[in-house]
Amino acid sequence: MFDLIVLIILLALGYGFGRLAEKRHYKSIIARERKYRKLYVIAAKFPPVTLPPPSSTLVTGSVVISVDYFKRFLAALRNLFGGRVKSYESLLDRARREAILRMKQQAAELGADMVFNIKIETASISKGRKQTVGSVEVLAYGTALIPEAAGASSGIR
Amino acid sequence: MLITNLEIVPGKRVVKHLGLVQGSSVRAKHVGRDIMASLKNIFGGELKGYTELLQESREEAMNRMQQQAQSVGANAVLNIRFSTSSVAQGAAELFAYGTAVVLE
Repeated sequence: MFDLIVLIILLALGYGFGRLAEKRHYKSIIARERKYRKLYVIAAKFPPVTLPPPSSTLVTGSVVISVDYFKRFLAALRNLFGGRVKSYESLLDRARREAILRMKQQAAELGADMVFNIKIETASISKGRKQTVGSVEVLAYGTALIPEAAGASSGIR
Repeated sequence: MLITNLEIVPGKRVVKHLGLVQGSSVRAKHVGRDIMASLKNIFGGELKGYTELLQESREEAMNRMQQQAQSVGANAVLNIRFSTSSVAQGAAELFAYGTAVVLE
């Protein structure tokens, strides 16, 4: 009986705080995506040769993010029936977009106007009980191309 | 030292290839962070402590890679890749590797 009460309290806490956190996070993601829309992120390996030679540097962005207790419970139920696990889909979506945004932010601070050859790496760093995914780390990295004038002023080769 | 994950450097020519250089670092979190993280596992959200920890250890891996590149006489590392793996409960390995080259 006591266990059941604890479970229900944890589920309620997870549901309440998790929803709040997710809503707030999506709001900030959308706002920042709008802000950095002009900074292009391109998954091509070679920058076009027509560009005047810019200076380049590696930029990275990473985030570790965790699901709440309620969603993990839902996902465990999903394991019984199969199908899309929406609660983890939104977790990974948030993590990727956040990582890309942090990378863009770093690039913008350096005065870059493009980021080339973006790679996204996902790792589940801590596994919870019964090998369920507890939290994921997403790393986004790429090469920021800085136009000559901006690169010279900030001292980067 | 120039570090990039492109295979070429715009506007510069590669004079000499020096082969693969790599750096890695394995870090564990301390108990305080673990407790915070397990709380966050109930509420959900970003684990700031872990983000910082992984960033630090990634920088260390990159530093080691740069040292290796310097010791073979390179002045740039191209085509960098990162990889993360959790080797044990509570510890993660961060690995960075790339091609050391001499640019003109």
